Amino acid sequence: MGSPEQISQVEDIRYVYGEIPVNYAYTLGVAGERFFREIMEKGRFMGTRCPQCEYTYLPPRLYCERCFAGLDDQWVEVGSRGTVEAFTVAHLDLDGQPLAEPQLLALVRLEGADGLLVHRLGQIEAEDVDIGLLVRAVFRPRRQRKGSILDIRYFRPVAS
Amino acid sequence: MGLRRVAVVGAGMTKFMRRALETGRELSWQAASMALDSCEMTLDDIDGVVIGTAPDAFDGVHMKGEYLSDGCGAWQKPVMRGYVGGGTGVFSPIQGWYHVASGLFDVVLVVGEEKMSSCHPHPQGAFLTIFDNLLERQLEPNLIWIFALEMHRYMTAYGLSKRDIALVSVKNKRNALDHPCAQVAEDITVDDVLNSEVMVWPVNRLDVSPVSDGAVAMVLAAEHVAKRVTDKPVWIDGVGWHLDTAYWTNRDVSYPKYVEYAARMAYRMAGITEPRKQINVVEPYDPFSYKELHHLEGLLLCGKGEAPQLTVDGVTQRNGDLPVCPSGGLLGVGNPIAAAGLMKVAEIFWQLRGEAGKRQVPGKPITGLAQAWGDLMQVGTVVVLRI
Amino acid sequence: MTADREYPGTPLSDSDVSQGKVLIVEADPNARYAWDAGIAIGRFLAELKKGRIVGRRCHRCRRTMVPPRMFCEQCFRPTDEWVYLKDSGRVNTYSVSYLRWDASRVEEPTIPAVIEIDGASKGMGIMHLLGGVKPEDVQMGMRVRAVWKPARQREGSILDIRYFRPY
Repeated sequence: MGSPEQISQVEDIRYVYGEIPVNYAYTLGVAGERFFREIMEKGRFMGTRCPQCEYTYLPPRLYCERCFAGLDDQWVEVGSRGTVEAFTVAHLDLDGQPLAEPQLLALVRLEGADGLLVHRLGQIEAEDVDIGLLVRAVFRPRRQRKGSILDIRYFRPVAS
Repeated sequence: MGLRRVAVVGAGMTKFMRRALETGRELSWQAASMALDSCEMTLDDIDGVVIGTAPDAFDGVHMKGEYLSDGCGAWQKPVMRGYVGGGTGVFSPIQGWYHVASGLFDVVLVVGEEKMSSCHPHPQGAFLTIFDNLLERQLEPNLIWIFALEMHRYMTAYGLSKRDIALVSVKNKRNALDHPCAQVAEDITVDDVLNSEVMVWPVNRLDVSPVSDGAVAMVLAAEHVAKRVTDKPVWIDGVGWHLDTAYWTNRDVSYPKYVEYAARMAYRMAGITEPRKQINVVEPYDPFSYKELHHLEGLLLCGKGEAPQLTVDGVTQRNGDLPVCPSGGLLGVGNPIAAAGLMKVAEIFWQLRGEAGKRQVPGKPITGLAQAWGDLMQVGTVVVLRI
Repeated sequence: MTADREYPGTPLSDSDVSQGKVLIVEADPNARYAWDAGIAIGRFLAELKKGRIVGRRCHRCRRTMVPPRMFCEQCFRPTDEWVYLKDSGRVNTYSVSYLRWDASRVEEPTIPAVIEIDGASKGMGIMHLLGGVKPEDVQMGMRVRAVWKPARQREGSILDIRYFRPY
């Protein structure tokens, strides 16, 4: 049965251009607000721990996803050092264009946390990174911090 | 029909707010954990989760069902997410209903969430996508245009006045003064409505519900579980849903046929033959003042064009013969898109159990109805509840 | 929901945000599109460029439809023929808008309307704007005709019609 119509005139094919003209301003949430203020003001990482499930969330959550307990009174400090659980090198940006410099990205488990943080690695070449590498967060100077994940410049290797 | 009986056994909700500190996940958890606490159940008792939430453009978060899932109690559980515009708030309990009625699940958690405050410069910009991308968006429309066009057609078809329609805003915003979660409850007059800023004539600012952040949740259970968990299960006796086409300019918008089809489906299932007599309390969808009236007619609770007179006569007040929107509705409590309709189902749940506090309608209502509407003047979703 | 328990949720005010009492993260997805118009609307737009409105007819239900579509959604079969319609019609409904798309206000209102196009089946309307008329002079059911852009300015867009004006 198929379509009864064929396009025979190329000028009948049309695109209509448009956009969705919105941008976003996100609140960080109750847990996120505390997490980022601790980074900004004190240069330290805070997680939330569920005592029942024995799981420390980093980034922290207001509630435990496993047992649904509220965790707003279960804040714990986790270390600024951690281990690289996985890593990769990115060569393209969000639009698929080549990056000026390749980005070294890693999943880091901070000391005392069960959850992993995604961030950049610095002061090291890709070929020297291994799973299990010990790293430490490098924070920006206090006055440059804004309460953002970029308040951490990158993680650099720790001499063991 | 071979389907199991399903009851609502618990419900919870957050405040409805213009802008919440909480993320959408945190709002979901607040509502969901309250719903579980209300019937003393835990996540271990939940077999599956239904999430109702609008697509990315509002909250600005991709794959929202997946994003919200942990806050909705869905960790390592089967999850389904649906969206039919504002109809979602009544559609998600219908999805929850067939999970349980089918025999596949015994207990299901239903969660509705929206966090519209993240969208800038205004959530209206996200609503733009409702207009046809090839033929309508170029005219730079505002969402309110569609409602104004529909309201004007409805008024003209039946000779209705803005004064009578404004009574709905007055009633609902006053009812909402008794709702602890209400965002925009206030005591106003018809003149306040008529004198409020004209947005898109004939729609004035006080004819419209606000943009909101909020979440609502409820627990649905099969009969054998429901009777163990509570001595006041509220049975889902009828469900109905219907979708018309997106060709809204090819339809007569003076009457919502799709609401009638959804209502008939629910009435047939619930054994309702005289809705006006057999239904004791109603929560129709009221994003705009005239919509409550439009929907009362689509629900066959009165004749076409007759709903304004019911309001004028006081029939739809809480102590009237057919209380309508005792919660305060969207006009008074707020309008987080996918959660708003679920607030109405929760209200009927509380009303039938005698737990609506200062909002309680007198006379021990037995049968209640919640209805939502959505998309391009297209979707009707209906549930009939009985205690 | 008995008694007066406290409900969760932490409302923020505009000043909480503007005065930096809460942290905010911004993002701009910059979502842009090039939508294929498809066969039916591709032709519709091509005809608009030529100053004509075209519809499509289903022989089974005998509806002449605008906007045109290649299948009839009621009969669920392909539609059968193109039909040239008039560029006049009747106002099915109209409103008076004081808002832009982003909810900001305008001084001079626009008049959005649904116009049933002559030559199509009853009730077949399209959304457009009314112009060349004051809002208070518009009536439901009024006869209106398209005011086109000059041919060399037309691009194959719904905006090739500037507005519909009463006659």
